[in-house]
Amino acid sequence: MTIAVIDYGMGNLHSVAKALEHVTHENVVITRDARRIHGATRLVLPGQGAIRDCIGELERTELRGMVDELLARQNKPLLGICVGQQMLHEHSEENDGVDCLGFMPGEVRRFPADMSDESGNRCKVPHMGWNLVHQHQSHPLWEGIDQNEHFYFVHSYYVEVEDDSVLFGATDYGRVKAHVATGRDATFAVQFHPEKSSRAGLRLLENFVQWMP
Amino acid sequence: MGLAKRIIPCLDVDAGRVVKGVNFVGIRDAGDPVEIAQRYNHQGADEITFLDITASHEDRATTVEMVERIAGEVFIPLTVGGGIRTCDDIRTMLNAGADKVSINTAAVHDPDFVYEAAERFGSQCIVVAIDAKWVSADGETPRWEIFTHGGRRPTGLDAVEWAQKMVELGAGELLLTSMDRDGTRQGFDIGVTRAISDAVSVPVIASGGVGNLDHLVEGIKDGGADAVLAASIFHFGEYSIPETKRHMTDNGIEMRR
Repeated sequence: MTIAVIDYGMGNLHSVAKALEHVTHENVVITRDARRIHGATRLVLPGQGAIRDCIGELERTELRGMVDELLARQNKPLLGICVGQQMLHEHSEENDGVDCLGFMPGEVRRFPADMSDESGNRCKVPHMGWNLVHQHQSHPLWEGIDQNEHFYFVHSYYVEVEDDSVLFGATDYGRVKAHVATGRDATFAVQFHPEKSSRAGLRLLENFVQWMP
Repeated sequence: MGLAKRIIPCLDVDAGRVVKGVNFVGIRDAGDPVEIAQRYNHQGADEITFLDITASHEDRATTVEMVERIAGEVFIPLTVGGGIRTCDDIRTMLNAGADKVSINTAAVHDPDFVYEAAERFGSQCIVVAIDAKWVSADGETPRWEIFTHGGRRPTGLDAVEWAQKMVELGAGELLLTSMDRDGTRQGFDIGVTRAISDAVSVPVIASGGVGNLDHLVEGIKDGGADAVLAASIFHFGEYSIPETKRHMTDNGIEMRR
Protein backbone atom coordinates (compact mmCIF):
# COMPACT_ATOMS: atom_id res chain seq x y z
CA MET A 1 0.00 0.00 0.00
CA THR A 2 1.67 3.14 -1.20
CA ILE A 3 0.47 6.71 -1.61
CA ALA A 4 2.42 8.51 -4.31
CA VAL A 5 2.68 12.29 -4.30
CA ILE A 6 3.41 13.06 -7.94
CA ASP A 7 6.53 15.21 -8.14
CA TYR A 8 6.76 17.00 -11.47
CA GLY A 9 8.95 19.76 -10.09
CA MET A 10 6.36 22.32 -9.05
CA GLY A 11 6.22 23.37 -5.47
CA ASN A 12 6.78 22.22 -1.99
CA LEU A 13 5.56 18.66 -1.54
CA HIS A 14 6.99 18.04 1.89
CA SER A 15 4.04 19.50 3.77
CA VAL A 16 1.51 17.26 2.07
CA ALA A 17 3.70 14.17 2.50
CA LYS A 18 4.19 14.94 6.18
CA ALA A 19 0.48 15.43 6.74
CA LEU A 20 -0.32 12.13 4.98
CA GLU A 21 2.27 10.33 7.11
CA HIS A 22 0.54 11.79 10.14
CA VAL A 23 -2.82 10.18 9.27
CA THR A 24 -1.72 6.81 7.86
CA HIS A 25 0.78 4.02 8.37
CA GLU A 26 0.84 3.43 4.64
CA ASN A 27 4.00 4.23 2.77
CA VAL A 28 4.07 7.81 1.41
CA VAL A 29 6.49 8.59 -1.41
CA ILE A 30 7.25 11.78 -3.33
CA THR A 31 8.13 10.56 -6.78
CA ARG A 32 8.28 11.13 -10.51
CA ASP A 33 9.18 7.53 -11.26
CA ALA A 34 6.60 6.02 -13.60
CA ARG A 35 6.83 2.54 -12.10
CA ARG A 36 6.31 3.80 -8.57
CA ILE A 37 3.34 5.91 -9.64
CA HIS A 38 1.82 2.95 -11.47
CA GLY A 39 2.46 0.73 -8.47
CA ALA A 40 0.85 3.12 -5.96
CA THR A 41 -2.60 2.47 -4.55
CA ARG A 42 -3.46 6.17 -4.27
CA LEU A 43 -2.20 9.33 -5.92
CA VAL A 44 -1.89 12.95 -4.91
CA LEU A 45 -1.55 15.58 -7.64
CA PRO A 46 -0.27 18.78 -6.06
CA GLY A 47 0.45 22.04 -7.86
CA GLN A 48 1.88 25.43 -7.05
CA GLY A 49 2.84 28.52 -9.01
CA ALA A 50 1.79 29.45 -12.53
CA ILE A 51 -0.45 26.94 -14.30
CA ARG A 52 1.43 27.21 -17.61
CA ASP A 53 4.59 26.11 -15.76
CA CYS A 54 2.70 23.27 -14.04
CA ILE A 55 1.34 21.86 -17.30
CA GLY A 56 4.71 22.54 -18.96
CA GLU A 57 6.64 20.64 -16.29
CA LEU A 58 4.18 17.76 -16.43
CA GLU A 59 4.98 17.51 -20.13
CA ARG A 60 8.72 18.05 -19.75
CA THR A 61 8.99 15.31 -17.12
CA GLU A 62 7.02 13.02 -19.48
CA LEU A 63 4.39 12.45 -16.81
CA ARG A 64 1.58 14.07 -18.81
CA GLY A 65 0.73 10.92 -20.79
CA MET A 66 0.67 8.77 -17.70
CA VAL A 67 -1.48 11.24 -15.73
CA ASP A 68 -3.94 11.45 -18.67
CA GLU A 69 -4.08 7.66 -18.80
CA LEU A 70 -4.60 7.31 -15.03
CA LEU A 71 -7.37 9.91 -15.15
CA ALA A 72 -9.06 8.09 -18.03
CA ARG A 73 -8.94 4.76 -16.19
CA GLN A 74 -10.10 5.99 -12.76
CA ASN A 75 -8.95 2.74 -11.15
CA LYS A 76 -7.31 4.34 -8.12
CA PRO A 77 -8.23 7.31 -5.94
CA LEU A 78 -6.56 10.60 -6.84
CA LEU A 79 -6.58 13.83 -4.82
CA GLY A 80 -5.78 17.11 -6.59
CA ILE A 81 -4.62 20.01 -4.42
CA CYS A 82 -4.46 23.75 -5.23
CA VAL A 83 -3.22 24.16 -8.83
CA GLY A 84 -3.58 20.37 -8.92
CA GLN A 85 -7.34 20.97 -8.75
CA GLN A 86 -7.30 23.72 -11.37
CA MET A 87 -5.30 21.56 -13.80
CA LEU A 88 -7.98 18.86 -13.82
CA HIS A 89 -10.47 21.23 -15.46
CA GLU A 90 -10.67 22.37 -19.08
CA HIS A 91 -9.03 25.73 -19.36
CA SER A 92 -7.44 28.52 -17.31
CA GLU A 93 -7.38 32.21 -18.09
CA GLU A 94 -3.99 32.50 -16.35
CA ASN A 95 -0.91 33.22 -18.53
CA ASP A 96 -3.10 34.52 -21.40
CA GLY A 97 -5.03 31.27 -21.52
CA VAL A 98 -3.81 27.71 -20.93
CA ASP A 99 -5.46 24.44 -21.90
CA CYS A 100 -5.58 22.13 -18.90
CA LEU A 101 -6.03 18.37 -18.54
CA GLY A 102 -9.76 18.55 -19.19
CA PHE A 103 -10.74 15.69 -16.91
CA MET A 104 -13.69 17.75 -15.66
CA PRO A 105 -15.59 20.60 -17.30
CA GLY A 106 -15.05 24.12 -16.01
CA GLU A 107 -12.92 27.25 -16.32
CA VAL A 108 -10.20 28.63 -14.07
CA ARG A 109 -10.67 32.38 -13.55
CA ARG A 110 -8.82 35.16 -11.74
CA PHE A 111 -10.36 36.93 -8.76
CA PRO A 112 -11.27 40.49 -9.81
CA ALA A 113 -8.97 43.13 -8.31
CA ASP A 114 -11.78 45.51 -7.37
CA MET A 115 -13.74 43.49 -4.81
CA SER A 116 -14.50 44.67 -1.27
CA ASP A 117 -16.10 43.05 1.78
CA GLU A 118 -19.20 44.21 3.71
CA SER A 119 -17.12 46.71 5.73
CA GLY A 120 -15.80 48.26 2.53
CA ASN A 121 -12.27 46.90 2.92
CA ARG A 122 -10.56 45.69 -0.22
CA CYS A 123 -10.57 41.93 -0.81
CA LYS A 124 -6.88 41.21 -1.27
CA VAL A 125 -5.62 38.93 -4.01
CA PRO A 126 -4.20 36.33 -3.42
CA HIS A 127 -7.11 35.02 -1.37
CA MET A 128 -4.93 33.99 1.56
CA GLY A 129 -6.07 32.57 4.87
CA TRP A 130 -8.93 30.60 6.40
CA ASN A 131 -12.30 30.65 4.70
CA LEU A 132 -15.52 28.67 4.96
CA VAL A 133 -16.22 25.75 2.69
CA HIS A 134 -19.86 25.03 1.97
CA GLN A 135 -20.40 21.37 1.09
CA HIS A 136 -22.53 21.36 -2.02
CA GLN A 137 -23.22 17.62 -1.93
CA SER A 138 -22.13 14.80 0.30
CA HIS A 139 -18.99 12.83 -0.44
CA PRO A 140 -16.93 10.25 1.50
CA LEU A 141 -14.14 12.84 1.80
CA TRP A 142 -16.45 15.19 3.77
CA GLU A 143 -17.13 12.46 6.35
CA GLY A 144 -16.85 13.89 9.88
CA ILE A 145 -16.22 17.44 8.63
CA ASP A 146 -18.75 20.14 9.58
CA GLN A 147 -20.77 21.99 6.99
CA ASN A 148 -19.15 25.45 6.59
CA GLU A 149 -15.83 24.47 8.10
CA HIS A 150 -12.74 26.67 7.72
CA PHE A 151 -9.92 25.56 5.42
CA TYR A 152 -6.65 27.30 4.54
CA PHE A 153 -6.33 28.90 1.09
CA VAL A 154 -3.61 30.64 -0.92
CA HIS A 155 -4.59 31.36 -4.52
CA SER A 156 -5.37 34.06 -7.05
CA TYR A 157 -7.30 31.86 -9.51
CA TYR A 158 -10.34 29.69 -8.85
CA VAL A 159 -12.38 27.00 -10.58
CA GLU A 160 -15.87 27.70 -11.87
CA VAL A 161 -17.99 24.81 -13.13
CA GLU A 162 -21.42 24.89 -14.70
CA ASP A 163 -22.06 21.20 -14.30
CA ASP A 164 -23.39 20.74 -10.75
CA SER A 165 -22.63 17.02 -10.74
CA VAL A 166 -18.88 17.66 -10.31
CA LEU A 167 -19.33 20.37 -7.66
CA PHE A 168 -18.74 19.30 -4.05
CA GLY A 169 -17.78 22.51 -2.25
CA ALA A 170 -17.87 26.29 -2.68
CA THR A 171 -16.37 29.31 -0.92
CA ASP A 172 -17.51 32.93 -1.10
CA TYR A 173 -14.90 35.63 -1.52
CA GLY A 174 -16.07 39.13 -2.37
CA ARG A 175 -18.73 38.66 -5.04
CA VAL A 176 -17.16 35.44 -6.31
CA LYS A 177 -18.34 31.95 -5.52
CA ALA A 178 -15.25 29.80 -6.00
CA HIS A 179 -15.83 26.11 -6.65
CA VAL A 180 -13.20 24.87 -4.26
CA ALA A 181 -14.01 21.16 -4.23
CA THR A 182 -14.76 19.25 -7.41
CA GLY A 183 -14.66 15.61 -8.37
CA ARG A 184 -15.84 12.71 -10.43
CA ASP A 185 -15.47 8.94 -10.09
CA ALA A 186 -12.29 8.14 -8.13
CA THR A 187 -10.98 11.71 -8.31
CA PHE A 188 -11.52 14.48 -5.78
CA ALA A 189 -9.86 17.88 -6.00
CA VAL A 190 -9.62 20.83 -3.66
CA GLN A 191 -8.38 24.38 -4.02
CA PHE A 192 -7.54 24.71 -0.33
CA HIS A 193 -4.59 23.08 1.42
CA PRO A 194 -5.80 20.18 3.58
CA GLU A 195 -2.20 19.66 4.74
CA LYS A 196 -2.32 23.16 6.32
CA SER A 197 -5.92 23.13 7.49
CA SER A 198 -5.40 21.69 10.96
CA ARG A 199 -7.97 19.16 12.20
CA ALA A 200 -10.45 19.51 9.32
CA GLY A 201 -7.68 19.16 6.75
CA LEU A 202 -6.16 16.12 8.42
CA ARG A 203 -9.62 14.56 8.56
CA LEU A 204 -10.06 15.07 4.83
CA LEU A 205 -6.69 13.41 4.18
CA GLU A 206 -7.62 10.55 6.50
CA ASN A 207 -10.89 10.15 4.58
CA PHE A 208 -8.95 10.10 1.33
CA VAL A 209 -6.62 7.39 2.60
CA GLN A 210 -9.64 5.25 3.53
CA TRP A 211 -11.73 6.07 0.48
CA MET A 212 -12.80 3.04 -1.59
CA PRO A 213 -14.55 4.49 -4.63
CA MET B 1 -19.15 35.69 6.60
CA GLY B 2 -15.97 35.19 4.65
CA LEU B 3 -12.24 35.16 4.91
CA ALA B 4 -11.21 35.10 8.57
CA LYS B 5 -8.62 37.50 9.94
CA ARG B 6 -5.60 35.65 11.27
CA ILE B 7 -4.01 35.51 14.72
CA ILE B 8 -0.31 34.66 14.48
CA PRO B 9 1.85 33.94 17.53
CA CYS B 10 5.54 34.58 16.88
CA LEU B 11 8.36 32.53 18.37
CA ASP B 12 11.77 34.21 18.63
CA VAL B 13 14.23 31.35 18.50
CA ASP B 14 17.95 31.40 19.28
CA ALA B 15 19.95 28.23 18.59
CA GLY B 16 16.85 26.08 18.86
CA ARG B 17 15.42 27.63 22.02
CA VAL B 18 12.57 30.09 22.35
CA VAL B 19 14.04 33.29 23.73
CA LYS B 20 12.68 34.31 27.12
CA GLY B 21 10.55 31.16 27.09
CA VAL B 22 6.86 31.03 27.66
CA ASN B 23 4.65 30.79 30.67
CA PHE B 24 1.76 28.43 29.94
CA VAL B 25 0.13 26.13 32.37
CA GLY B 26 1.17 22.58 31.55
CA ILE B 27 4.16 23.34 29.35
CA ARG B 28 6.97 20.97 30.20
CA ASP B 29 9.81 22.78 28.50
CA ALA B 30 9.25 26.53 28.22
CA GLY B 31 12.05 26.88 25.70
CA ASP B 32 11.13 24.12 23.25
CA PRO B 33 9.78 25.61 20.00
CA VAL B 34 8.10 22.35 19.02
CA GLU B 35 6.11 22.00 22.21
CA ILE B 36 5.13 25.67 22.14
CA ALA B 37 4.07 25.54 18.48
CA GLN B 38 1.96 22.46 19.22
CA ARG B 39 0.32 24.23 22.11
CA TYR B 40 -0.59 27.22 19.95
CA ASN B 41 -1.89 24.89 17.26
CA HIS B 42 -4.16 23.12 19.75
CA GLN B 43 -5.40 26.49 21.01
CA GLY B 44 -6.46 27.44 17.49
CA ALA B 45 -3.69 29.76 16.26
CA ASP B 46 -4.12 30.39 12.53
CA GLU B 47 -0.44 30.36 11.66
CA ILE B 48 2.91 30.21 13.40
CA THR B 49 5.84 32.53 12.66
CA PHE B 50 9.25 31.32 13.66
CA LEU B 51 11.81 34.11 13.84
CA ASP B 52 15.35 32.79 13.90
CA ILE B 53 17.66 35.16 15.73
CA THR B 54 20.56 32.72 15.84
CA ALA B 55 23.76 34.66 15.33
CA SER B 56 26.24 31.92 14.48
CA HIS B 57 26.19 30.08 11.22
CA GLU B 58 26.84 26.68 12.85
CA ASP B 59 23.75 26.91 15.02
CA ARG B 60 21.52 27.35 11.99
CA ALA B 61 21.51 23.59 11.48
CA THR B 62 19.59 23.45 14.76
CA THR B 63 17.05 25.87 13.32
CA VAL B 64 16.46 23.65 10.30
CA GLU B 65 15.97 20.65 12.56
CA MET B 66 13.44 22.62 14.67
CA VAL B 67 11.51 23.65 11.57
CA GLU B 68 11.42 20.01 10.46
CA ARG B 69 10.11 18.88 13.82
CA ILE B 70 7.43 21.58 13.95
CA ALA B 71 6.33 20.85 10.38
CA GLY B 72 5.95 17.17 11.22
CA GLU B 73 3.58 17.93 14.09
CA VAL B 74 1.80 21.19 13.37
CA PHE B 75 -0.48 21.30 10.35
CA ILE B 76 -1.11 25.01 10.01
CA PRO B 77 0.96 27.45 7.94
CA LEU B 78 4.49 28.00 9.20
CA THR B 79 6.57 31.06 8.27
CA VAL B 80 10.29 31.15 8.97
CA GLY B 81 12.16 34.44 9.09
CA GLY B 82 15.58 35.67 10.15
CA GLY B 83 18.78 35.24 8.18
CA ILE B 84 17.14 34.43 4.84
CA ARG B 85 19.71 35.80 2.38
CA THR B 86 19.89 33.45 -0.61
CA CYS B 87 17.68 31.18 -2.67
CA ASP B 88 19.54 28.27 -1.05
CA ASP B 89 18.40 29.51 2.38
CA ILE B 90 14.82 29.54 1.09
CA ARG B 91 15.12 26.09 -0.47
CA THR B 92 16.50 24.71 2.82
CA MET B 93 13.61 26.12 4.86
CA LEU B 94 10.91 25.01 2.41
CA ASN B 95 12.41 21.53 2.28
CA ALA B 96 12.42 21.45 6.06
CA GLY B 97 8.66 22.06 5.93
CA ALA B 98 8.22 25.84 6.13
CA ASP B 99 5.35 27.16 3.99
CA LYS B 100 6.64 30.70 3.69
CA VAL B 101 9.88 32.51 4.34
CA SER B 102 10.18 36.07 5.47
CA ILE B 103 12.90 38.22 3.87
CA ASN B 104 14.00 41.38 5.63
CA THR B 105 17.46 42.95 5.39
CA ALA B 106 18.39 40.99 2.27
CA ALA B 107 15.55 42.73 0.41
CA VAL B 108 16.93 46.15 1.38
CA HIS B 109 20.44 45.21 0.25
CA ASP B 110 19.23 43.64 -2.99
CA PRO B 111 15.58 44.19 -3.97
CA ASP B 112 16.03 41.89 -6.97
CA PHE B 113 16.46 39.01 -4.54
CA VAL B 114 12.72 39.29 -3.86
CA TYR B 115 12.02 39.04 -7.61
CA GLU B 116 14.34 36.08 -8.00
CA ALA B 117 12.83 34.31 -4.97
CA ALA B 118 9.24 34.86 -6.14
CA GLU B 119 10.08 33.67 -9.66
CA ARG B 120 11.70 30.56 -8.33
CA PHE B 121 9.45 29.55 -5.46
CA GLY B 122 6.21 31.45 -6.15
CA SER B 123 4.90 34.62 -4.52
CA GLN B 124 2.72 32.59 -2.17
CA CYS B 125 5.74 31.64 -0.08
CA ILE B 126 7.56 34.97 -0.12
CA VAL B 127 6.83 37.33 2.75
CA VAL B 128 8.75 40.60 2.90
CA ALA B 129 9.30 41.96 6.41
CA ILE B 130 9.21 45.74 6.60
CA ASP B 131 10.58 47.58 9.63
CA ALA B 132 9.19 51.10 9.52
CA LYS B 133 9.88 54.12 11.71
CA TRP B 134 8.02 57.40 11.84
CA VAL B 135 10.29 60.19 10.51
CA SER B 136 8.11 63.25 9.82
CA ALA B 137 7.91 66.15 12.26
CA ASP B 138 4.69 66.97 14.11
CA GLY B 139 2.28 68.81 11.85
CA GLU B 140 3.86 67.44 8.66
CA THR B 141 2.18 64.84 6.47
CA PRO B 142 3.05 61.57 8.24
CA ARG B 143 5.95 59.72 6.69
CA TRP B 144 7.70 56.49 7.62
CA GLU B 145 11.06 55.14 6.55
CA ILE B 146 12.58 51.70 6.35
CA PHE B 147 15.14 50.96 9.05
CA THR B 148 17.45 47.97 9.38
CA HIS B 149 19.47 46.49 12.23
CA GLY B 150 16.60 46.45 14.70
CA GLY B 151 15.58 50.02 13.93
CA ARG B 152 19.02 51.55 14.36
CA ARG B 153 20.05 52.10 10.75
CA PRO B 154 18.01 54.39 8.47
CA THR B 155 17.91 53.63 4.75
CA GLY B 156 16.17 56.73 3.44
CA LEU B 157 13.53 54.54 1.79
CA ASP B 158 9.93 55.68 2.11
CA ALA B 159 8.00 52.83 3.74
CA VAL B 160 4.84 53.05 1.61
CA GLU B 161 6.78 53.28 -1.67
CA TRP B 162 9.01 50.43 -0.52
CA ALA B 163 5.98 48.26 0.27
CA GLN B 164 4.58 48.88 -3.22
CA LYS B 165 7.91 48.08 -4.79
CA MET B 166 8.20 44.80 -2.86
CA VAL B 167 4.76 43.74 -4.07
CA GLU B 168 5.64 44.64 -7.67
CA LEU B 169 8.76 42.48 -7.36
CA GLY B 170 6.70 39.53 -6.17
CA ALA B 171 6.13 39.64 -2.40
CA GLY B 172 2.98 37.65 -1.66
CA GLU B 173 2.48 39.15 1.77
CA LEU B 174 3.99 41.90 3.94
CA LEU B 175 4.93 41.64 7.61
CA LEU B 176 4.92 45.20 8.85
CA THR B 177 6.63 46.07 12.14
CA SER B 178 6.60 49.52 13.65
CA MET B 179 10.03 50.14 15.14
CA ASP B 180 8.55 52.95 17.25
CA ARG B 181 6.08 50.61 18.88
CA ASP B 182 7.92 47.30 18.99
CA GLY B 183 8.30 46.25 22.63
CA THR B 184 6.33 49.23 23.99
CA ARG B 185 2.97 47.46 24.51
CA GLN B 186 1.24 50.70 23.40
CA GLY B 187 -0.46 49.18 20.38
CA PHE B 188 0.29 49.09 16.67
CA ASP B 189 1.23 52.21 14.73
CA ILE B 190 -2.16 52.45 13.06
CA GLY B 191 -1.08 55.24 10.69
CA VAL B 192 1.57 53.22 8.88
CA THR B 193 -0.52 50.05 8.97
CA ARG B 194 -3.43 51.79 7.24
CA ALA B 195 -1.16 53.62 4.76
CA ILE B 196 0.53 50.41 3.62
CA SER B 197 -2.56 48.22 3.75
CA ASP B 198 -4.39 50.68 1.47
CA ALA B 199 -1.42 50.99 -0.87
CA VAL B 200 -0.91 47.30 -1.71
CA SER B 201 -3.00 44.48 -3.12
CA VAL B 202 -1.51 41.69 -0.98
CA PRO B 203 -2.29 40.80 2.65
CA VAL B 204 -0.57 42.79 5.41
CA ILE B 205 0.35 41.37 8.82
CA ALA B 206 0.56 44.03 11.55
CA SER B 207 3.24 43.62 14.19
CA GLY B 208 4.99 45.54 16.95
CA GLY B 209 3.57 47.02 20.13
CA VAL B 210 0.69 44.75 21.13
CA GLY B 211 -0.11 45.05 24.83
CA ASN B 212 -3.75 44.01 25.00
CA LEU B 213 -6.54 42.51 22.93
CA ASP B 214 -8.04 45.87 21.93
CA HIS B 215 -4.78 46.60 20.14
CA LEU B 216 -5.38 43.56 17.95
CA VAL B 217 -8.90 44.77 17.16
CA GLU B 218 -7.52 48.22 16.21
CA GLY B 219 -4.88 46.71 13.93
CA ILE B 220 -7.59 45.08 11.86
CA LYS B 221 -10.43 47.59 12.11
CA ASP B 222 -8.46 50.85 11.99
CA GLY B 223 -5.23 49.64 10.42
CA GLY B 224 -6.89 47.48 7.78
CA ALA B 225 -4.51 44.58 8.48
CA ASP B 226 -5.41 41.07 7.32
CA ALA B 227 -3.57 39.39 10.17
CA VAL B 228 -2.04 40.35 13.50
CA LEU B 229 1.16 39.01 14.97
CA ALA B 230 2.16 39.10 18.61
CA ALA B 231 4.63 37.39 20.91
CA SER B 232 4.72 38.37 24.54
CA ILE B 233 0.98 38.72 25.22
CA PHE B 234 0.58 35.07 24.24
CA HIS B 235 3.83 33.66 25.62
CA PHE B 236 3.37 34.83 29.17
CA GLY B 237 -0.12 33.47 29.43
CA GLU B 238 -1.76 36.90 29.69
CA TYR B 239 -4.17 35.99 26.92
CA SER B 240 -4.91 32.63 25.37
CA ILE B 241 -5.72 32.22 21.68
CA PRO B 242 -9.38 31.20 22.35
CA GLU B 243 -9.85 34.25 24.59
CA THR B 244 -8.30 36.44 21.89
CA LYS B 245 -10.60 35.02 19.24
CA ARG B 246 -13.67 35.56 21.41
CA HIS B 247 -12.67 39.19 21.92
CA MET B 248 -12.19 39.68 18.18
CA THR B 249 -15.51 38.00 17.37
CA ASP B 250 -17.29 40.15 19.97
CA ASN B 251 -15.92 43.15 18.11
CA GLY B 252 -17.37 41.99 14.83
CA ILE B 253 -14.17 40.53 13.37
CA GLU B 254 -14.45 37.26 11.49
CA MET B 255 -12.37 34.50 13.10
CA ARG B 256 -11.74 30.84 12.39
CA ARG B 257 -13.53 28.80 15.02
